Amino acid sequence: MRSVVAVTDRVVETPSTVTLRFPYPASADPGQFVMVWIPGDDEIPMSLSYTDGPVKGVTIKAMGGTSRRVQSIHEGAPVGIRGPYGNRFDLSPRRILIVSGGSGAAVLAPAAERARTAGSSVTVALGATRAPELLFKERFRSMGASVEVATDDGSEGTKGFVTAVAERLLESEAFDAVWTCGPEVMMKKVIVAASPWSVPVFCSMERHMKCALGMCDACALGPYHVCVDGPVFPAARLEKVPDFGVFHRDSSGRRVPF
Amino acid sequence: MADLAVRVAGVSLRNPFLLASGVWGESGESLAGAWRAGAGGVVTKSIGSVPRPGYPNPTIETYERWGLLNAMGLPNPGIEEYPREIEVARKAGATVIGSVFAGDADEFARLARRMASTGVVALELNLSCPHAEGFGTEVGGTPEDVEKIVRAVTKVVSVPVIAKITPNTNDAAALALAAQRGGAAAVSAINTLRAIAIDVRLRRPVLSHGVGGLSGPAIKPVGLACVWQIFNKVSIPIIGIGGIATAQDALEYVMAGARALEVGTQVTFEGIGVFGRLARELSGLLDELGFARLDEAIGIAHRASSMPPD
Repeated sequence: MRSVVAVTDRVVETPSTVTLRFPYPASADPGQFVMVWIPGDDEIPMSLSYTDGPVKGVTIKAMGGTSRRVQSIHEGAPVGIRGPYGNRFDLSPRRILIVSGGSGAAVLAPAAERARTAGSSVTVALGATRAPELLFKERFRSMGASVEVATDDGSEGTKGFVTAVAERLLESEAFDAVWTCGPEVMMKKVIVAASPWSVPVFCSMERHMKCALGMCDACALGPYHVCVDGPVFPAARLEKVPDFGVFHRDSSGRRVPF
Repeated sequence: MADLAVRVAGVSLRNPFLLASGVWGESGESLAGAWRAGAGGVVTKSIGSVPRPGYPNPTIETYERWGLLNAMGLPNPGIEEYPREIEVARKAGATVIGSVFAGDADEFARLARRMASTGVVALELNLSCPHAEGFGTEVGGTPEDVEKIVRAVTKVVSVPVIAKITPNTNDAAALALAAQRGGAAAVSAINTLRAIAIDVRLRRPVLSHGVGGLSGPAIKPVGLACVWQIFNKVSIPIIGIGGIATAQDALEYVMAGARALEVGTQVTFEGIGVFGRLARELSGLLDELGFARLDEAIGIAHRASSMPPD
């Protein structure tokens, strides 16, 4: 089920995020994720931050024990990979607004690249706590996306939340779709911001995962499972999820508030 | 069209296909989803006294579509939190069977009382869990333990109690008989087979817990043999579990002695639509073979002439 491969590159993207590249030829599309096994430690879901070609990539923000340990994996170390799993971003919209918070750029950047290759226009509202944490800012710029930055501390761009930048962009420009990834509370605000403009919003969602096959229910999200029905969910589906932006579940399945 | 409605241990089921414990059973909405997809009833995730995160990943390995190895480690939110999930499922109209596990007979009895008060129509006792004292063997591994646990539970609840029998024994029928003596209304057989997978490049077991349980089509002949032997020994009804993927598999279990069935692994391979498909196909198969009702076929293979004693 798993391919054991050696990490070929370790790139420090920001003080809190690291990209690992590894050979994995299976075809993958932006939005999809793999399960990454650190032998002797854990196996966790990671969205693919590099989906094209025989060498894939994942970009990890240090959040807790396992993600911190994943970050310290050195080049040459073996990891077990299975997947890709999940669904993909629909690349047909021609004018896309991307709203990225936390480490959301990890899943949004490859999606933006595919959209740009298809000739769509991409505008990115990129948010972080402070300037050094702006993930993939240069990557977005080099693909010809228009990037507007927001930082909590004002060290770059607009001082404040990225959702405020998104609201301003939605007021001034027409978009066919909004793609967003970041803290769930932020994504819920993005949906609210987009609704007066009747633009469909797609959220890349996250939940604890164990099997990633649609069996164990760890990633249950209302009537859906993030591993097989997502991770990309249109806002219309999230309306059927009373817990969206309010509760998630811990590894025992208990509901915990955000 | 053949009638698929069955009655097991006093519980009426619209069809014989129950969602097995451990699949889609941690949240009430998923249980409701399985019900809406056509399951005849749903068995919850096995619930314990306290929340358990389960084992670290990897917890699963698959073998094409013939096998699934898991060592989840009984993750569950605990009996205090879980009733709200059962309520969501019941509101959706689901027939819910509550699965519980514990380390000893007293804990089983306490948990069973709590679970029975949530409105489930029956309890299923997961006897394939480790001893409280950490023996490493299954808590329902001997007839003495099974009878003791089942008796302790049936003493304190009035809903039907189903004892889920482990195949990791050389005498599953003796375990089932012990459950019957303890007052079980039915037995379900089988749980998963003890199994392990090893990664030869990493030179280590694949699952973080090492040994796990094998399920899926590969174990069907083993499940059938257990049901066959149990049918020869007990008078209480049997629910057949293990590798059911087609209507023919289901009918094999019924002819071996099962009155109803549980489906778990096939949901993983096919999705929740498996229940609708199995019900349709079983109806067709019964028609084809000349049965007006499913229960006409129960145990019928035992009546074949010149069967050796077993």
